[in-house]
Amino acid sequence: MSEFVFLYRGETDIKKLSPQEAQQSMQQWMAWFKELEKKGKLKSIGQPLERAGKVVGGKAKPVTDGPYAETKDIIGGYSLIEARNLDEAAELAAGCPGIQRGGLVEVRPVMPLNM
Amino acid sequence: MDPAEHLFRQEAGRLVAILTRLFGVHNLALAEDVVQDAFCRALESWKFHGLPKNPSAWLMTTAKNRALEILRREGTARKFAPELGRLLESEWTLAPAVEEHFEPAAIQDGQLRMMFSCIHPGIPEETQLALILHLLCGFSVEETAAAFLKKAAAMEKRIGRAKKTLAGSRRLFNLAGAGDVAERLPAVLRALYLLFNEGYHGASAESPVRGELCAEARRLVSLLVDNPQTTTPAAHALTALLCFLAARLPGRLDAAGNLTLLVDQDRSSWDRALIAEGRRQLGLSAAGSEVTAYHLEAAIADLHARAARPEDTDWSGIIALYDMLMKIQPSPVVALNRAVALAQRDGPGRGLEAIALITDRERLARYPFYFAAMGEFELRLARRDEAREHFQAALTLARNPVERRFLEGRVRECGDVSPRRCPKSQPTVRSRAPRTFP
Repeated sequence: MSEFVFLYRGETDIKKLSPQEAQQSMQQWMAWFKELEKKGKLKSIGQPLERAGKVVGGKAKPVTDGPYAETKDIIGGYSLIEARNLDEAAELAAGCPGIQRGGLVEVRPVMPLNM
Repeated sequence: MDPAEHLFRQEAGRLVAILTRLFGVHNLALAEDVVQDAFCRALESWKFHGLPKNPSAWLMTTAKNRALEILRREGTARKFAPELGRLLESEWTLAPAVEEHFEPAAIQDGQLRMMFSCIHPGIPEETQLALILHLLCGFSVEETAAAFLKKAAAMEKRIGRAKKTLAGSRRLFNLAGAGDVAERLPAVLRALYLLFNEGYHGASAESPVRGELCAEARRLVSLLVDNPQTTTPAAHALTALLCFLAARLPGRLDAAGNLTLLVDQDRSSWDRALIAEGRRQLGLSAAGSEVTAYHLEAAIADLHARAARPEDTDWSGIIALYDMLMKIQPSPVVALNRAVALAQRDGPGRGLEAIALITDRERLARYPFYFAAMGEFELRLARRDEAREHFQAALTLARNPVERRFLEGRVRECGDVSPRRCPKSQPTVRSRAPRTFP
């Protein structure tokens, strides 16, 4: 088993969701996490991240206020996943409900200590 | 744990009402933004952390904190609710004042103010209903458009205009003015009645029964009867009527999704608890001397509910109630329903006669059940050809697949065309009817 981080990016449309759609979206996410957990793939559900923040570094202005760049690049949260390999991890990510609402899941293998 | 099916929607309606009261009606858009924000946060947080123990309280606290932040930041720059003016000047008074708006009684009060405000004399009736669904029930513009079978773009324009009218009023409707409440209450009741009707016999193409519209209408009516300023015998009567009708909702469609006539419904599927609540409300409605159409319609629905089998129905009682209804609110549809009751008691011939006597019958020309009723009567008189023509006329007016299927079934029931008649050469139903029943 290897570990992977899922980075949930830019579910851009959530500001436009109606309350009913927001509720459905939430229920879909909860069901998806539950499913991952049942399959024993959810090492840690992780955390949601605030949209506003600061970006530190860069030449012109070392500290800038978020939001940064394009909304699609904003990371809305992350989880820690266990999967046999990158292919399986990607397959699991494909079920993420955020994808239906314009979001992306970035799947990144956690680099192991012992190569 | 799953939240209630429409938790977000209902909370959205409550929060918009509270915040609009807090910010002032001219800041309606700001209130809507704050609510949208609270839902975004809820969605992002809850999907990771799970539902909080009390989701409503969570949303309310989030919205309250955001409102406080805005009031502190813009308290001097922006004008908020006039009655809040002085309180906003100091932090000592601000927090308690905001807190007060989120008390249960104030939440209810806020929703009622918003409801009465939506029934604005400067807004067309149909748009008033849309506005109620949008602002108080948390339906998005698209969902509201779908509920009223309108195009989203057209609905957006109408709701936009209505919101401008609303935001242009000096303040939200004030429930403390007893005279104002009494003056506007009939229009409010009517709007909720129509909202329920839209769900109950709406012309939706997909579904003839939309329970959620019925449920929203009932929820809003219950706000009226629960508040001492707005509870009246008429409000109780409307509540009773909606309870009785809602009790029959499970029977309106059979297992295959086909429309079922009242007399053919499986009465064991009717919701006994709702019927009991309807009777309790009907009892409360008898307090005054006023008899409204809601009283009579509720009493009719009650008589239907009392009959264990269709043949046990007290048709004479129902006819008497329809007679009264014709006196206070005459309409061709009421007259048609009266004719149907008459036919049940005295036979189909009498039903046909009563239909022929409806004065402004031409107003029923687009109503499929006008022709369907005549079809039923003719069929019971074994005049199959006449019956078939009526059902075919009704079929051309059917508004959704369910009505169409139902009427096709009735046409089939009439059997094949008799050899001596050729349907193509038949004059239309409408031109023939007066000749048969002068």
